[in-house]
Order: sequence, then C-alpha cells, then structure tokens
Amino acid sequence: MADIPDELLRRSAAARAAAEGVSVEDILARWSGEAPAPQAPPAETAAPAATEVTPAPAPAAAALTVAEYAKAAAEASGMPEKLLMRSAQAKAKAQGVPIESVLADMAGLPDPGSAPAPAATSPTPQAAPAAAAALSTEQYAKAAAEASGMPEKLLMRSAQAKAKAQGVPVESVLADMAGLPDPGSAPALAPTGTNGTTAVATAPAPAPAAVPAGPPEGVRTQRLLTVVQADAIQQVKAEPTDKVNVWPHLLAVEFVALLVVTAVLIVISVIINAPLLEAANFNLTPNPSKAPWYFLGLQELLSYFDPMIAGVLIPGLIGLVGLMAIPYIDRNPSVRPADRKLAIMMFTFFLMGAATLVILGSFFRGPGFNFTYPWSDGVFFDDLKDWLE
Amino acid sequence: MTDGNGSGNGGGLKLRERMSDVGTRIRESQTWGSIFRPGSPFRAGYSDSPRNRSYVVMNNVLYHLHPVKVKRHGVRLSYTLCLGGLSFFLFILLTVTGIFLMFYYTPSAEAAYADTAALSTSVTFGGLVRNLHRWGAHFMVITVFLHMSRVFYHGAYKPPREFNWVIGVILLLLTLLLSFTGYLLPWDQLALWAVTVGGEMAGFTPVFGDQVTFALLGGVEISGATLLRFYVLHVLFLPFIIVIFMAVHFWRVRKDGGISGPL
Repeated sequence: MADIPDELLRRSAAARAAAEGVSVEDILARWSGEAPAPQAPPAETAAPAATEVTPAPAPAAAALTVAEYAKAAAEASGMPEKLLMRSAQAKAKAQGVPIESVLADMAGLPDPGSAPAPAATSPTPQAAPAAAAALSTEQYAKAAAEASGMPEKLLMRSAQAKAKAQGVPVESVLADMAGLPDPGSAPALAPTGTNGTTAVATAPAPAPAAVPAGPPEGVRTQRLLTVVQADAIQQVKAEPTDKVNVWPHLLAVEFVALLVVTAVLIVISVIINAPLLEAANFNLTPNPSKAPWYFLGLQELLSYFDPMIAGVLIPGLIGLVGLMAIPYIDRNPSVRPADRKLAIMMFTFFLMGAATLVILGSFFRGPGFNFTYPWSDGVFFDDLKDWLE
Repeated sequence: MTDGNGSGNGGGLKLRERMSDVGTRIRESQTWGSIFRPGSPFRAGYSDSPRNRSYVVMNNVLYHLHPVKVKRHGVRLSYTLCLGGLSFFLFILLTVTGIFLMFYYTPSAEAAYADTAALSTSVTFGGLVRNLHRWGAHFMVITVFLHMSRVFYHGAYKPPREFNWVIGVILLLLTLLLSFTGYLLPWDQLALWAVTVGGEMAGFTPVFGDQVTFALLGGVEISGATLLRFYVLHVLFLPFIIVIFMAVHFWRVRKDGGISGPL
C-alpha cells in the first residue's frame, strides 16, 4: 500500500466506495489495516469525489470554440495539437458526435453538447428510446457497421443468424451491436443503455466527468483500477529466505578451499613419501600385519570379540545398515541441536568410539597385535613409515 | 624511465598497447564468443550485475551442480567446511593423478613392484604424483567421513533428504573399497599383508564367507589374479559405479531443496 501514489489511491478508494456504497474513509481505513472510521458526515465523504467530478464551470466551457478545445486537449494530453485534431475528427466521425464533444472529452472538460450542468452521474433521459425506436433496420445496420468497422453486408448476415438463433428481431441484435438501446425493449429499461443514447448522435455524456483530465482515447497508459490486497489472491506459505548469488560468493569460497587443499596435499607429498616396503613375499609374514588404517578399528575389535561379531555384526549391521537406517529411525522432525540431544549424543559416541578404535589399532598395537605404548615401544604403523623414521 | 632511453621506452608502450589491442580483438572474436557462453566473465564486455551473476551459473555447465542463488548461511565456511565439495574435488584429483600412474604401471605380480619403485627413481614427478595419489586417497576417506558427520549434526538427513543420506553411505562404502583395492597395487609387503588381513575379515561373512573371499581375491588366496582383479576394480569398475552414485547424490541435493538449514 505504501508504494501507491496518494492520488491514485484516493481515486481508487472513491471508486470502491461508490461500488460498495460505503464512505471513502471506510475504504481507506480498511486498506490501511485500521478499523473502519465511525460514519463520517456525508458531506465530508462526498467531497473528494465531487471535486474530481466537476473540474471546470460548465457555462464557460460551452462557450469555447473548436480551436480552444483542441488547445486545451493538447495541453491536457501532451500530444501535438495537429495529431490530436486528426484523431478527434476520426473519432467524431466514427461515433457520430460533434468534434467539440470529443475534444472536450479529451481535454477533460464538460461536453458542450450534453445537457446543462449536472451531467455527472444521472443517465441522459428518455428522448433516446423514442428516437431509437423510429430507426429502420437499414439505419441500425449502418450504425452497427460504423461502430464495429465491419462491412455492412457481413454484419447483416451475422445479425440475422444471431437473431434467428436467439429468437429476437434483427433490429435488437443490430442495436446491440451498434451500442444503441434495444428498440424492442420497454422504455422503462432505457436507462440501462446510458452509455450510448440518441440514435446516430450518441452523446457520451458522463464519461468526461468520471475521468478528469485523462489521456486522449487511443493513448494507452497504465491505470490503477483498484487496489487488491495481496492476501486476498495470493497465499504465500514459504518464508522468503535470504539468498546470495552463487557467483561470486559461493564459487569464490569453493575455489579458495580447493586451492588450500591442493597446496596442503602438495606440501605433504613433498615432505612425506608414500610407503614402499620390500617386494611382496608370501613366505615372510610381517609382525604385526595390519589392515589399512580405516579398517584398523575393525581389526582392533577382532582382538576383543568373536570374528562373527567384530567382523560381521558390528561393521555390517551397525556400520552399514545402521547408518543407512538413521533417517528412518530418527523421526524427530526438528533440526535444532537443542531438540536432538539423544541423537547427537549417540552419533558422537559412535564417532568417538570409531576414532578411538582406529587410533588404538594404529598406534597402540605392536608385534602379535599386542598392546604397546608408542612412546616406549615405537610405532608399528607402516602407512607413515617414511615420516616416522 | 628517465635514463634517456626514450625510443626504447616508447617502443615498450607501443608494444603494450598493441598487446592489449590483440587481447581485445581475441576476446571479441567469434571463436572466443563461441567458447564462452553469454554471461561468462571471460567474455568481452562482462560487467558485474545481478543479471550477469545469474548468467555465470545459468549458462555454465556448473548449473548442473549449483543453483543461481543459495541460502546465505550455506556460503559461510563454518557451515559446511566445504567437505562435500572437497570430497568431489579429491576424487577428481585422484582420477587425474591415477591416470598418470596408469601410464607407468603393469598389474602383474612380476612387474608391479618394480614399476612402483621406478616411479620414484626414473619417472619425472613420478614420486610426487604417487605421493599425491596416496595422501589424496587418505584425505578423501577423511573428508567423506567428516562430511557425513557434518550432515548428521545438521540433521540434514531428515525429510525430504532421507534417501540422499542412504546414497551418501553407499558413497562412503565405495570410497573405502576404492582405497582398499588401491592398497594392494604397489605389491609390497605392506600391501600384500594388509589385503590378506582385509580378505580374512571379509571371510567372516556368515554363510557366504568363502564365496566372498573367492570373489574378492580371484582365488582361495592372494595371487597375481588378485592383483589384476583389484586393478580393474580400482581403475575401472568402482570409479564407474561411484560416478553414477555421485551424479544421483548431487542431483538429489538440488532436488531436495539445496543446502539444508539454517538450524
């Protein structure tokens, strides 16, 4: 709501107020999230709309010439006067109204051809149906063709087909197409056709009053029709998250991490050589014989338990199946550490246990896989042989 | 600058201008533009804008790996420590160094040890590359394991990421198998007896123990056949399998909503 210009908002509020039959203040209060204001005095509520509806005193406007109208319209719209005139002429011809009316419409002044002053909302009265009823089918066809821009012949054929299908007289259909009041309808219904009244000379009376100083017809501009509150049509369930561009923020971090690891690896590789003992000899069993370091925890377990337990149950069930099953066992939906104390404790216990076993197996086991202290008996860990010597 | 060698100085400037002119022309050429897609920072006229920052990822093969934007906390080094990315990087490093080593290695009981020893003595950078391969492999086991721990502590295995955790455990197992099969290849005493111990452990498998050992070793005990078998597993079969699982793993990371959290 904050981004909408005040003037647009007011206009929209006035329109909404008119549509719902409540006061402008109520609408504004509702949009701003407050409780509706207590019924303000009617004079007050009518005021903003009224000021917009009657921009200039009517009698003065009636006295203007075509040239003056054109000048006013050009000023209002910002279009060159010449172009405006041409456009107004074309429109006047199409609608069958005097050019002054069109120009007045464009300039936002009251129509000189319309009934005296209070054109504002009252529908232009009776005369219309009577005049319309007097028209012949040909005249209707001509009017409809002019209004729609279709060839008269085609229009007639289409109207006849439609009339037959709906079971109404051709005149009604044609009048409908031309935007004229239906000749067949009762006079009482006439006011519904307020927008186009008299036969050929349609008086577009209330239009200029509703939209003051609007742009000329044919110039498309953005227009605020109404303010729709966002929660009415959109239901945003996800909270907007704070995001950053992968390039450069994430890629830079990854690239640096990659360089650091490469550098560290190269330094280690220069300093420490990979172990290469004597050639493989099936007849000479080294003492101790150790597995690769990541299996030394299991080898350590083998010295405590039966091979069935240490070699199969623990690595197979706990190590593989157990790890894979974690997401299906841990049904706690929270990821906050405070809510997952048991899970964190168990996993930490598993990690510590594994690390302890690997370290024991690597550094605290000597000949015959017996327990030794690395600081007194030496290290029996050939993976780091080059470095330890 | 002011040593009086004016003409030489002027020539230098001219050369520099000419060089930069050549650089610009190369960068504006059709060939260069065909290599680097629109939005690439290497293209002529790249400017730092939100649109171009998006294009850098979107118009790049990286888009298969990374989205255009990530949650801010995911960029913090302390959140992931880059462990998953580093595991992947180490895998690439191991592939590159491993291919180099394959040029000089024969997987036969007669030649393997001599070839490995010759890497350090008669191959340029052979020793360094072998060291990189070996320590890189140990690093990878560690980073994969730490990555798993990180994921656990962040609860990142919770719905909808349960299955990606399972794939991750399979990747850990494959990493260990890759390391284990590579362990035998130098064909020295350390390799031979470590694999002997490992093979014995595999033999404890209930019911199928003997069959597992037989399949693993290519016989009832370690021999030249075992070496060839481990070699093929190490350089062909297991990398093939692990690449497939990695592809699914990375794909699921994206599909399951990117990085987890924040806590």
